[in-house]
Amino acid sequence: MTRAERIAALKAAAKERILVFDGSWGALIQRMGLEEKDYRGERFTEAAYPGQMKGNNDILCLTRPDIVADIHNQYFAVGADISETNTFSATTIAQADYDLDPQSVRDISYEGAKTGRRVADEWTAKTPDKPRFLAGSIGPLNKMLSMSSDVNDPGAREVTFDQVYDAYRMQVEALYEGGVDLYIIETITDTLNCKAAIKAVKDLEAEGQEALPIWISGTITDRSGRTLSGQTVEAFWNSVRHAEPFAIGLNCALGADLMRPHIAELARIADTHVAAFPNAGLPNEMGEYDETPEQTAGHIQEWASSGLLNLVGGCCGTTPDHIDAIAKAADQPTRTVPGRPRAMRLSGLEPFELAS
Amino acid sequence: MTRPIATFINVGERTNVTGSARFRKLITAGDYPAAVEVARQQVENGAQIIDVNMDEGMLDGAEAMTTFLNLIAAEPDIARVPVMIDSSKWEVIEAGLKCVQGKAVVNSISMKEGEESFLEQARACLAYGAAVVVMAFDEDGQADIASRKIEICQRAYRLLTEEVGFPPEDIIFDPNIFAVATGIEEHNNYAVDFIEAAKEIRRICPGCHISGGLSNVSFSFRGNEPVRRAMHSVFLYHAIPAGMDMGIVNAGQLDIYDEIEPELRDMVEDVILNRREDSTERLVDFAEQFRGQKGKTAEKDTKWRDAPVAKRLEHALINGITEFIVEDTEEARQAAERPLHVIEGPLMDGMNVVGDLFGSGKMFLPQVVKSARVMKAAVAHLEPFMEKEKEEMGLVGQSKGKVLMATVKGDVHDIGKNIVGVVLACNGYEIVDLGVMVPAETILDTAVEQGCDMIGLSGLITPSLDEMVYVAREMERLEMDMPLLIGGATTSPAHTAVKIEPGFKRGPVIHVSDASRAVGVVSGLMNEEERPIVWETAKARYQRMREAREGGPPQKRLPIAEARQKAFQTETASADAPSFTGVQTFEDFDLAEVARYIDWSPYFASWDLAGRYPQILEDEVVGEAASSLWADTQAMMQQIVGQQWFAPKAVIGFWKASRKGDDIVLETGDTLHTLRQQMIKTNERPNFALSDFIAPDAEDHFGAFCVTAGDEAEVRAKAFEEAGDDYSAIMVKALADRFAEAMAEYMHMRVRTDLWGYASDETLSNDELIKEAYRGIRPAPGYPAQPDHTEKETIFKLLEAEERIGVGLTTSFAMYPAASVSGLYFAHPESAYFAVGRIERDQVADYAARKGWDMRTAERWLAPILNYDPMAVEGEVA
Repeated sequence: MTRAERIAALKAAAKERILVFDGSWGALIQRMGLEEKDYRGERFTEAAYPGQMKGNNDILCLTRPDIVADIHNQYFAVGADISETNTFSATTIAQADYDLDPQSVRDISYEGAKTGRRVADEWTAKTPDKPRFLAGSIGPLNKMLSMSSDVNDPGAREVTFDQVYDAYRMQVEALYEGGVDLYIIETITDTLNCKAAIKAVKDLEAEGQEALPIWISGTITDRSGRTLSGQTVEAFWNSVRHAEPFAIGLNCALGADLMRPHIAELARIADTHVAAFPNAGLPNEMGEYDETPEQTAGHIQEWASSGLLNLVGGCCGTTPDHIDAIAKAADQPTRTVPGRPRAMRLSGLEPFELAS
Repeated sequence: MTRPIATFINVGERTNVTGSARFRKLITAGDYPAAVEVARQQVENGAQIIDVNMDEGMLDGAEAMTTFLNLIAAEPDIARVPVMIDSSKWEVIEAGLKCVQGKAVVNSISMKEGEESFLEQARACLAYGAAVVVMAFDEDGQADIASRKIEICQRAYRLLTEEVGFPPEDIIFDPNIFAVATGIEEHNNYAVDFIEAAKEIRRICPGCHISGGLSNVSFSFRGNEPVRRAMHSVFLYHAIPAGMDMGIVNAGQLDIYDEIEPELRDMVEDVILNRREDSTERLVDFAEQFRGQKGKTAEKDTKWRDAPVAKRLEHALINGITEFIVEDTEEARQAAERPLHVIEGPLMDGMNVVGDLFGSGKMFLPQVVKSARVMKAAVAHLEPFMEKEKEEMGLVGQSKGKVLMATVKGDVHDIGKNIVGVVLACNGYEIVDLGVMVPAETILDTAVEQGCDMIGLSGLITPSLDEMVYVAREMERLEMDMPLLIGGATTSPAHTAVKIEPGFKRGPVIHVSDASRAVGVVSGLMNEEERPIVWETAKARYQRMREAREGGPPQKRLPIAEARQKAFQTETASADAPSFTGVQTFEDFDLAEVARYIDWSPYFASWDLAGRYPQILEDEVVGEAASSLWADTQAMMQQIVGQQWFAPKAVIGFWKASRKGDDIVLETGDTLHTLRQQMIKTNERPNFALSDFIAPDAEDHFGAFCVTAGDEAEVRAKAFEEAGDDYSAIMVKALADRFAEAMAEYMHMRVRTDLWGYASDETLSNDELIKEAYRGIRPAPGYPAQPDHTEKETIFKLLEAEERIGVGLTTSFAMYPAASVSGLYFAHPESAYFAVGRIERDQVADYAARKGWDMRTAERWLAPILNYDPMAVEGEVA
């Protein structure tokens, strides 16, 4: 299939059923007990890249593509329709922690996408009636545009919009070249960072790059019902609606039980697909997630039957067993995308509406 | 949390260096902390959007914009509202766009430099995710006269929507407000130009908004505040109904239109509307006496503000004033031990006074609904504190009781239900409102799940009565024992006694005749001691009603064969053929024209205010409430008409028809069935059926119609509800109903004078229309001349009503949208309204055979008009 055909198939599938996304990558990589040398491979010598590389999971796209392919395989095997690239932190800004050079950063996204593309195509060949899709993961940054970096100076920022834009633009280009079917801008803690990523995608499209669907997934950090940068769910949606995303949703930070009201809110207000990939509950005192696949799937079962979902998967602490259970629980009619009365919808931290 | 939804958005301009000298000084001096405080005050004072402008020659605008926006981003009290990034320099705007995580408004872009840069900037705004203000400015300069404003805005709209793909709802046009009364003759019409252009731009650029900077208009009266304030108010008074829905307005520079000194107001109006040649001279002369004064709204009666906080809350509740409610509630909260005490204490005390005044007939429904709006605002302020307290102390809030309210399946009418809900809510009851068209299962499941104390059912059309009977029987089957309240226009104590109560014995069934009774009934039922008394009293009453009914035999009726002998049955055709046969759709109505056909008396009745309009405004008892309602209604009417809130539609059909027995057969092969009066008449009057007005020989004609105010009212009402404004929500729905009725009247007039044209010389006043002093009738199925609702199905099929104008039928044959009217047209000179009245089994059997129904189906649909008890007859047969 060409990419255009895959995109058409993705859109058609989303109309028919709830699509299943994959689960946590970190949890599976952690289980493997990899060593410093696994991360470094031959390319990243200590001489050229001093300091620790262990923990830089994204670099495995270059040094252990076999592991990356294996995780894609595990999730596709339990029924995931969409798996994401292992490129959550593959931006120059996020990789600055490991002092990675820009070319290597770009290569992570490109090679990560190539590996994912290959595995997804193998599965599509195996089950042609259930084509598999690859989402290019565009994660958050440890530097935020809306939040002060200095308690004594509320106006201080560690990065500029242009720097964030450039970092995302490089990643978007590399993911595109590597062959992803859609972008997932995920775990958004600061909506302005997300808007820089959206602008990068839109500008590249305006310059002639083929338009791919965008999935935008924010993070409600706690019971306050706000993003880390302070927006309510509806304000967040108003802020990113101009991307005309294929899907809008939430992931991370919360388990399904605490995420429900916010997903229900999105299901009410979003005139596009709604997506969720919650954590496997909240971490226990040991920092481990112990919600069982049955427990997570129990919540998803109810969400789906309440008509809240078009796409569903798992975030921190979820495993192929969780996704297996979620896929079964989500085998229900997909949410009908509602229309909304025409209005100008602006936002600060809170939504604003002026009917047309 | 209430969401700011309104029809005029005032943009705060205190953080604008060109609009505020103070802010300019702070920014040029680099005193950003003080500048941030200006923004905070502005938001605290209610600005819904703040305009930030750094266009000052001595400043690096981009840097100042970045610094300021980054600073306010760190202040949640300020950052909660959207920002309007205001600059004449694109690089400053772009710098601002890089600092806002929310969706902002860019102010402004234009075609001043030509199309290319306009398109480029618009594309950038879209990529950054911002709405735009577009100035009516092109390569030839700023638009002054209406035609130029319209032409430029239309061109910009096309470019934006067609070339850029800009969402129309995110386009705000600023068609330039210029100064009037400058002494230069060409300027005299500038305000009129703006207003006319606004109206036309809203019409031809659907979805867009209109904004403007108000203070320009009064520029020539600098230093004369009273005149400037009057000019601003008069300008807005005319511009808002024309579609201006945003503006940069200094709220302190406005008077209340009605409170402007009348002579001044007239002269200002002459200037704004350019009504006289000499209006400028007259205003300039007259204005001299005001020079140096401050304006007079401060004189407004504010004495009540000096009272203790509890009294202030009471005053605000009784008078429906929301202006100070948050600050007063906050003051009361700080003085109280717990936020809940504010509700239980001063707020409930205030609402009890409202309740007493309402109970004793000194306050009226519209006023009470306004009080409820104030109460809601107060409670909304307290809720976060109570939530916090709940979290901290694990407490559970209490209400006096929980009442589930629903309009039953098949019915979409909810004005009455909503009024009862509001009245109960402001008396401290928690309302679980399931809305309209609610199936019995949902009602009962929800009542159990949510632990409701009682269920209130509402319905307007007769089939809803059966649905209520079903709900009652289900409650019996499911062994529920919570009280069941019955209300709505077609319900009656008699129906409740005879049909509903016998089916539900486990709990009380109470018929509630109007909203003012609801509180008494509910509080009685919630009280352990009173409940048995309320129940016993009701039981006894219904028992008596049943006995009375059973005791007196039904009135004798004529056998149907005899009634037919006494039929009217014309032999001559009604009129000449109509101008067309088949079906035609009508749209794009002038709302102002339709509004002239509104009969206002039923509107007041929908608010439980009895009396005929306009006398009701002077009525000794309800006059004051009616007048206040009337004022609010007129204000909303202005918006409805000015901004075209409704999009009424009509579909009309005429067909060749002939009478066949009591039926009407159309050229299409369809048959309309009618019912005949069977009462014994002591005078010479015939026993009518509607078919009597059609000739038997296939040379006659007959028509049908369906009109609707559209479903926009529902959307508006929902927005009002979400904003906590039930008063406006109820009002907009009640007005939509009036528009639907007016549409029926208006289209009937057009049918008589033109479309059918049998009375082309008719001239009638609105009063005569209301008295129906014209030839021909337009009876509706479900009403006395044809009580069978199911006939609507045939009419709707013939008219293609759903496909053509989006009006559909529920399973109970209620129309949706609710604000719709349908019916038949008869043109015969002798045609007249009548009531079929009760009918006998012989006609039901005959009718069933004609409709292809079995007897049971016929008796179900005709239940309200049967002159016999079908159950009893069935028993005899068995």
